[in-house]
Order: sequence, then C-alpha cells, then structure tokens
Amino acid sequence: MRVALFVPCYVDQLRPQIGLATLDFLTAAGFEVDFQEEVICCGQPFLTAGETKRAAALGARFVDAFQHVDAIVTPSGSCAATLRRHLESLVAAPAAASVAAKTFELCEFITKESACPPLSRPFPHRVGLHASCHGLRELGLGTPTETRAATRIDPARELLSRIPELEITSLDRRDECCGFGGTFSVEEAAVSTRMGLDRLEDHGRGGAEIVTSTDVSCLLHLEGLSRRRTLPFEIFHIAEILAASALGHDLRASAEPR
Amino acid sequence: MGHVDRAREFVRDESRTKWHDESLWFVRAKRDDAADTVPDWEALRDEAATIKRDALSRLPDLWRQFETAATEAGAVVHWARDAEEHNQIVLDLLEERGFRRVVKSKSMLTEECGLNPFLEARGIEIIDTDLGERIVQLRNEPPSHIVMPAIHLKRSEVGKLFEKEMGAPVGLDDPDALTALARKDLRKRFIAAEAGITGVNFAVAETGSFVVVTNEGNADLGTALPSLHIACVGLEKIIPAPSDLAPFLRLLARSATGQPISAYTSHFRGPREAEDIGSPAPAMHIVIVDNGRSDLLAQPSFRDALACIRCGACLNTCPVYRRSGGHSYGTTIPGPIGSVLEPSRDPKAHAELPHACTLCGSCTNVCPVRVPLHHQLLTWRAHLAEGGHHPTRRRVAFGLAGRLFAHPRAYEILTKAGRRVARRLPTAWLDRLTSPWTEARTLPPIPARSFREQMRARARQATKGPR
Ligand code: SF4
Repeated sequence: MRVALFVPCYVDQLRPQIGLATLDFLTAAGFEVDFQEEVICCGQPFLTAGETKRAAALGARFVDAFQHVDAIVTPSGSCAATLRRHLESLVAAPAAASVAAKTFELCEFITKESACPPLSRPFPHRVGLHASCHGLRELGLGTPTETRAATRIDPARELLSRIPELEITSLDRRDECCGFGGTFSVEEAAVSTRMGLDRLEDHGRGGAEIVTSTDVSCLLHLEGLSRRRTLPFEIFHIAEILAASALGHDLRASAEPR
Repeated sequence: MGHVDRAREFVRDESRTKWHDESLWFVRAKRDDAADTVPDWEALRDEAATIKRDALSRLPDLWRQFETAATEAGAVVHWARDAEEHNQIVLDLLEERGFRRVVKSKSMLTEECGLNPFLEARGIEIIDTDLGERIVQLRNEPPSHIVMPAIHLKRSEVGKLFEKEMGAPVGLDDPDALTALARKDLRKRFIAAEAGITGVNFAVAETGSFVVVTNEGNADLGTALPSLHIACVGLEKIIPAPSDLAPFLRLLARSATGQPISAYTSHFRGPREAEDIGSPAPAMHIVIVDNGRSDLLAQPSFRDALACIRCGACLNTCPVYRRSGGHSYGTTIPGPIGSVLEPSRDPKAHAELPHACTLCGSCTNVCPVRVPLHHQLLTWRAHLAEGGHHPTRRRVAFGLAGRLFAHPRAYEILTKAGRRVARRLPTAWLDRLTSPWTEARTLPPIPARSFREQMRARARQATKGPR
C-alpha cells in the first residue's frame, strides 16, 4: 500500500525529526511512503481564522496533490481533523470527499490497518498522554468525557500501552484542552498560557516525565511554557516514541544541535 | 476593552482564576455523574434536539395555538418586537394599576432587555428574588453566569455585601446563615410586592400553559402573593405538547447543576382563582418577545442556537469561560452560547467573541439539545471576516501566509533564511521578535535543516547506493 506523508509547515520548520520518525515508523510498518514537497499546509490556520477562501485554495492544492494515493497520513491530529471534517465543504472538486475520507492521523491509520511493527524496545518512562481535542472530538479517537455514547478506542493510548516498561500516567482531567487553539494562542495569550500551565500541572501531579500527544501544535505550546519555567518535562511527539521503540531511534539525538 | 483585555485582567489573579475554574469544573463533574444515572442519555439528547428543531420550524403556528389556549385560560397575550416594546408593555401594565413594587424571579430575557434599569428610571422598585441575582443586583453588576449569576463571588464577598446591605455581622461567610439573612430580607419584599414577574423555561402550545423552573421557589412565592403575574418569554421557548416536557425536564437540571430535577418545576395556566372579595382580581399577562430571534431563525447556520434551553452546561465546561469569568465577555449571555448569539445582534461589537475559543468542542458535546456550538463559532469567524470585522493585521498576515503556502519555492527560500537568522540571534532577541507567542513561552532550538531538506539529503544518500 502506498501512502502519502503529509508534513505540515510547523513540523517541517520546527520539528523535522517528527516528520522523519513518522516516515520511518510507517516504513517499518510495511508501507511505501511518498512525500510530496508541493503541499505545505492543509489550510487549518486559515479556516480557524475565518479566512475561508484561502483555506479553500490550500485545500484544493491538497486534493490535487493527493487524489491518486491510497491514503494520506499525518503526525497532526488537528490537520487530519480539518481535512476530514471540512475539506468537502471547502473544495468543490469531486475528489475532495474521497481525499477527506482517506486522510488519517498516524496512530489512527496504524491501528486501522492493524499494521503496527513490533514495539519491542522498552521505554522505561512515565508518559503523560495529552489528548488532542481535534483528534478526540472531531476524529473520534477515543471517548470524550462529556459523552455517554459507546466507548471508542484511543489508538494513541492503545499503541503506547504495547511498549514494554512504558507507564501511561493518569490525569485529573484527561481531556481538557491545552489552550493552544491556533490564533487563540497569541490573541488570547494570557488565557492560553493559564490553560497550558494547568495541563502541565495536571501531568506533574500524575508523575509524568514525558508529555506526548498526536498533535504537534499542542506540544509546541506546552513545550514553550515548560521551557520558560524550566519545568521538569520532556516533550516528544508520539511518532518519536513509537520510532524509538520499534526502530531504536535515539529520541534526544534526533534534534540537530544549534 | 474587549474579551482579550478583560480576560487578561482576570487571569492576573492566579488564585482566583484557579478557584473559579475549579468551582465550575465541580459543576461540570456533577453533570457528568448525573448523565451517568440516565441509561439513555445520548438518546434523550437526540429526542430533545428533535423536538426543538421541529418546534423552530413552525414557530408561528405553535405560538398562535398557544395564544388561543392561553387566552381561553384567562391570560392576556402580548407581542413584543424588541426590548423597547417589551419594556413598555411591562411598564404600561404596572402603571395602569398604579403599581410601584415588583418582585422578579430569574429571567435572562429581562436581563437582555434591560428591564430593571428601565423600570427603576421610572420610579418602580424591582427586586430580583433569586439569591444569586439578588446578590449581583445589590452589587449593581450583571450576572456572570446564566444559571449561577453570582458564581464569580466568594462567600466572604457576599458576607461583606450583606454586612453593608442587610446588617450582617462582620466576617459572616457561612452560606446557610447568609441565605437565611437574604431570605428574611426578601420576605418583606415578597409581601409588599404588587406584581410578580417571571421568566419562562417552556411554553406549551397545546395547553397555553408554561413552566418555570427554580431551585428556590421564588417564582411561586412571587406570583402567589401579588395580584398581577407578568411572564416574559422569548420566541424560542415554545414546545408543542405537555408530553414534550419530559425529555427537557430530565435534561435541564442534570445538565445545569447535576441535580436529577430542579427543586421547583411550576406549571402555570391562566391567572390564579380570585380570592377574597375586595382584593384585586388576579391577572396573568404573557409577553412574547422576538428581539432579534426571528433574524437568527432566518440564518440556517445559526438557527439551531435557538434550541438552547439556557442550562449553562456549555459555560461550565468551557476552559476559556472557566479561566476568564462571565464578565469578560461583556454580554448578557457569556460563554460559548453567548458568543454564538451575541454577534448576530451586533457583529462589529462582538467580533472578538467567536475567537475567545480554542474550538476544543467540549461545549458541543455537553449541550443537551445538541447545538453545534463550536462549529457555529467557526462559521461566525468566516462571516465576520467577510463582513470586514476582523483586525487588518490578521487579514494581512493570513493573506501573506496563504500566498506563501501556495508557492513552495518562495516558502522554502524565506523559511530557510528565517531559520538562519533565528539560529544566530540571542534567545532574548528572538523572543522579542516572535512575541506574543513568546510572551510566556520559550522557543525550542531552531533546526538547521527543515524536514524537506533532510528528505533531500536522504535521497542523495540513497542514490549514492548502499555503503
Ligand atoms: S447552548 Fe446548550 S449547553 Fe449551552 S446553555 Fe444552551 S442548552 Fe445549555
């Protein structure tokens, strides 16, 4: 099966190692992975800022580039959610619906295809899993605390729980928003900060050393707050942890030095 | 000053923000427990959502039916196009009778219409009898929550207020003692009142009756003593038949406070029976208010918001509301539902509100009548951008970024140059350049090579063949 890897701009620029980890993990899972340089953005920041026309233009590029692949996989739950939930209403091209339907968040895709490579290397750490709101409430990856509908598995938690010696720590509020929210993070910086710090405190109470998530943007926000206050957290994307366990990627060496 | 500034002010007091967040989270958690006690919670939400949407699709018929039935039962029905008409009707009803003392139970509609200041300016004393509303009335401020109007206040602050207003002993902060004081004070007002005003939770078309839900019984007392009962009802409050009440009454208190049912669910149909000879004959007047509701009804993207039963669950779950307080919104109705409703009245004034949201979607999930709140907030953003209500700097920034993302070459050149500069700058400078992102966050080390560049390097390695 050929899958296209979609790496959004902020991963490309600020966290290339997450893109590489995703690519390597997908390859280890037995997929042929293509990377399309032409696509930089799914349009999400534009959509949430109300700039619908620009979101639609980028959505159209996305449809164009990916209409012929079997699946599109991304290490960003919120990009996947934007495409899945909104692409069809933004882009008139007939292929939009099928592109939307075959776009997946990494863990979701691996679980759906039952294609997880052996996660054999132990990861002896206490890991706090931050639920991406868009993964959870738009893509249905897990059961939100608000709903009383039938429970759904959370692919990220499922995969992490297979890794030897990895302990998923608990949270008092297991699916509260971290406060990133795109433009919200800068326009409402004060509230955004409070929300993020509250999340980190909750992870701290649960004893997490590492905080991970399926969403890079949440993590950049949490990491920035943690760095500023020199809090004792390390922040890694889930693809990095999966690649470490499956392939022996060295988590800390993957970031290139200044 | 908009939401951004007021919210910033609010979070500055860290311990108070924490306290506010936790108080509301406690209510949200009680709501979760209450939902657990109903085996078919999600089906119940479906049922309520369906009834409301059906009712909204035939409002004129249902209200006509209501008017006929209510009139038969002896009530007088009035129609108010807007807040001014509503206030004038209420004033006329009072002045015709020479009434000057009024008690009122909780009603967000009269709050929306500014009834209190309107009547007070005309020499009429109007007393809010819901404890929370009474507290904010005495403080001369608007409610900060639609179900718990004084949730922003600590017990000690209420104690201080009562010390000043009711002669409470210094330092009193026992809730029972404070309530007892307010109760004693309110008794006098109930007895002296010549008219009682109530809101309406549900109006029933078939019977011309309506239901008022309270926890304090103040609507009952306020209408049982005076001869005149004025009920003010928003155009969206109608449901077809008495049997339709069941799902709403099961959902409302559970969603609002986590109670299985409110303490008082009072059904009214026509005026009370006449009592002693000589006392004025009891009268019931019902004022049906539009005030922008039919405009909202005409907008397919937003009409579902009229299904709202004002339970407040979306406020309690909203992580932004919990950390910015009701007053930060500057509207009658704060929180997610307020941010959906208020821009339709004045898009320019409230253009900030749909952005006071991370689109986390929790509100949509708790809403008992399935108002798609966070998607409506997203839609508002598009409408506001189109209407030219967004700040120019945002439009310009997104315009440039949009073009850049559609031109991979330019994107690559610019980002590469940007990273090179960023890697050479001292952290403090970089932080200043990237503020407000870095107002409270520190940037991670900037990578030398982007993902794209590293992919190309890998490809070059591969073509060199296996080593
Ligand atoms: S929108 Fe829904 S959750 Fe919010 S107050 Fe109305 S009914 Fe309650």
